[in-house]
Amino acid sequence: MSALLVAEDLRRELSGEVPVVLVDGVSLNVGSGEFIAIMGPSGSGKSSLLYLLGLLDLPTEGSILLDGENVSHFSEDELADRRLRKLGFVFQFHFLLAEFSCLQNVTLPMRKLGDLMPEQAQARAAQLLGDLGLANHMHKRPSQLSGGQRQRVAIARALANDPLIILADEPTGNLDSASSAMVRDILRQLASDMGKTIIAVTHDASFARAADRRIGLVDGKIDPQWVPPTLAG
Amino acid sequence: MTLNLSIAMTHLLARKRQTAVSLSGIVLGVAFFLAVASLMRGSELDFIERLIDTSPHITVSDEYRSADLQPVRMRFPKAAVELRSVKPQTEVRGIRGWQQKMDFIDSLADLQVAPVLTGSVVLTFAGRNQGATLSGIVPERMKEVSTIEDDIMAGSLDELAANPNGIAIGQALAERFDLEMGDNLNVSTPDGTVRAMKIVGIFRTGNANYDESQTFTLLKRAQLLLNRPNRVNRLIIQLENPYRAREVASLIEQRIGYKALSWLEANEDIMAVLTVRNTIMYSVVAAILVVASFGIYNTISTIVMEKTRDIAIMKSMGFHARDIRRIFVIEGLVLGLIGIVFGIVLGLGLMWILGQVEIKVPEMADSERLPLYYGLDQFILAAVFALLSSVGASYFPARKGARVQPVDILRGAA
Ligand SMILES: Nc1ncnc2c1ncn2[C@@H]1O[C@H](COP(=O)(O)OP(=O)(O)OP(=O)(O)O)[C@@H](O)[C@H]1O
Ligand SMILES: [Mg+2]
Repeated sequence: MSALLVAEDLRRELSGEVPVVLVDGVSLNVGSGEFIAIMGPSGSGKSSLLYLLGLLDLPTEGSILLDGENVSHFSEDELADRRLRKLGFVFQFHFLLAEFSCLQNVTLPMRKLGDLMPEQAQARAAQLLGDLGLANHMHKRPSQLSGGQRQRVAIARALANDPLIILADEPTGNLDSASSAMVRDILRQLASDMGKTIIAVTHDASFARAADRRIGLVDGKIDPQWVPPTLAG
Repeated sequence: MTLNLSIAMTHLLARKRQTAVSLSGIVLGVAFFLAVASLMRGSELDFIERLIDTSPHITVSDEYRSADLQPVRMRFPKAAVELRSVKPQTEVRGIRGWQQKMDFIDSLADLQVAPVLTGSVVLTFAGRNQGATLSGIVPERMKEVSTIEDDIMAGSLDELAANPNGIAIGQALAERFDLEMGDNLNVSTPDGTVRAMKIVGIFRTGNANYDESQTFTLLKRAQLLLNRPNRVNRLIIQLENPYRAREVASLIEQRIGYKALSWLEANEDIMAVLTVRNTIMYSVVAAILVVASFGIYNTISTIVMEKTRDIAIMKSMGFHARDIRRIFVIEGLVLGLIGIVFGIVLGLGLMWILGQVEIKVPEMADSERLPLYYGLDQFILAAVFALLSSVGASYFPARKGARVQPVDILRGAA
C-alpha cells in the first residue's frame, strides 16, 4: 500500500514566555484507504497533530508529504488549495454556516472549487445528503436538525470535493450513542467501500475498535504502549 | 466571485435592521451632499453669470502691465542708480493704432470687440451741474459686447448714429434733472469746451451709480469733444465662451502689448472667496459622508466578529484570505451602492423641495427661486466619495477577518 500521507518528525511548538510543545517528534505513514484512530489523554496534542496533518497549521520542524507533494514550504494560499481539493474536515462541533440550508452548506466547497456547474454541484450535494439519510432535511437550516443529523451534514460537506483524506476531531464527541454508532459506521464504510482515508481523533472505544489502526499519543509523542482505559481489560 | 457575493448578501440579509441603519447613514449623507452642493454651486453659478453678464469679458486699456524702464536703468541694469528731476515722457493717453489692434482682435474667432473712448465731463441743465463719464461708442459694435441695448427704456443706441449731437443718459440722472427724451443739456469738457447735446436714449441698468453718472455718445463726437481725435482708450471684448477669457486675454496682451484684463482677473478677489467657500462646503459634506461610513464600519466589524467561526471553517475548507477579505469588502460595497441609489433619490427630492422655495426681495417686483445646480458632476462626486468611504470603512474589518487563523478558533472551540 503506497503512503498517501507521510509525516516525518513533526514538531509543533508555541513560542512565548514559556514555550509549549504541542507535538513532539511524530512520524507517521498513512496509506490510502486506511482508517486510523488517534487516541490519548486530554491535552496530549491529538488535535494539534490533526491540524498539522490537515495542513491547517505549520510544523515548527519536520515535513509532511501529501499525495507525493512536500507541502512544508507551501504558502498559505497553496495550502488552502490542497485542503480544498484533497482534504475534508469533520469537527466535534459541526461548524455549519447558520444562514445557509444544509444543501447550500454542502455545495459551498464545490462552488469554491468551481469544477462543477452549479446544477451539477447541487445534484451532487443532494446525492451525498441522500446517501447519509438526510434526503428529507436538505432544505432545512442546520439549527433545525439534531446533533447527529448536523454531524452527517458536516460529513457530506467534507466529502463534497471527493477528498483523498477525511480528518475528524472527535466527530462523535457530542453525540448520543445511537448517533455515534451511525457516524462511526459511515466513516468505516467510507474507508472500506469508497477507499477514503480516515484519520480521526477519538475518545470513544467502540469508534477506535472500528478503525484499522490505533495510535496512542502522550505528551505530544506517539506511545506504542499506550492503551486507552476503556480498551484495556 | 458570485460565491463571495452570495455569502456577502446572506450576511447582510441575515441582519436586516443593522443593515438598514448603516444604509440610512449613507443615504442621508449622499442626499445632504447633493442638496448642499446643488445649492452652493447653484448660487455660485448664478452669481458668476450675473458677473459675466454685467462686466466686459476682456477689457483692453491704454495701460501697460509694467511701467517702462528709464533709459539709464536699461543702460546699467545692475547698478544702483539715482535719478533726479526726471521729466517723464508725456504720452498722449489712448491706445495707439487702435484700428489695427481692433482688426487683429476681430480676426480671432468667437468674440466681438467694440472701441470706447471714455472721459470725464460735467453736465449742466437748468443751472445745475453733475459730473459724469462720457463714453464714445460705435453703437452697432457696442450692442454686441454689452447688455446696454436691453436696458434702454426710451429711444435707442442707433439714434446716436443718426444724430451726431445725441447723448444717451441713465434714468436716475434723467429723474434728477427732470429730463425727458429730446431735451437738450450742456456738456462741458475739462479743457473748457461746452456743447449742447440732445437726449436720444434713456437706459436703466439697475445699478444706481451707473445710471446716474454714465452717458454715451457717438465715438467720433466724443473724440472731438474730448479733443482726442482718432483715439480710443478701451477695447471691450465679449466672448462666446466667457471661461476662455484668461487665455484669450493673455493672447491679446502678448500680441498688442496693452494690458488686457479678463473678467476673471478683474474679479480675482471674488473668485478666491468662491473657491474658499467651495472648499469649506465640500469639506463639510464630505465629512458627513465619512461619518456615515462609520455606520458601515460598525456593521461590517460586527459581522466579522460574529462570523469568526464561519471564517475559520471557510478557511479550513480552502477559502483564501483574499476571498474572506472580498466577502466583507463586497458587503461594504453593496451597502455603499444601495445607499448611493437611495441617497440620490432622496437628494433629488430635497433639491425639488429647495426648488419650490420662493424668495421675495423687497426691492424687486418678482420673487426669485433658489438657484440650484443639477450638474452630473456633483452626482458623480457624491457617488464616488460615498463608494470610497464605504469600501474604506469595510476594508479594515475585512482585513481583520481575513487574518483569522482557523487553528486559533478551532483550538478555542474544542
Ligand atoms: N494556545 C495555546 N497556548 C498554550 N497552550 C496551548 C494552546 N493550545 C493548546 N495548548 C496546549 O497544548 C496541548 C495540546 O492541546 P490539544 O488540543 O492538541 O490536546 P488534545 O489532545 O486535543 O486534547 P483534548 O483531548 O482535550 O481535545 C494541551 O496541553 C494544551 O493545554
Ligand atoms: Mg482535541
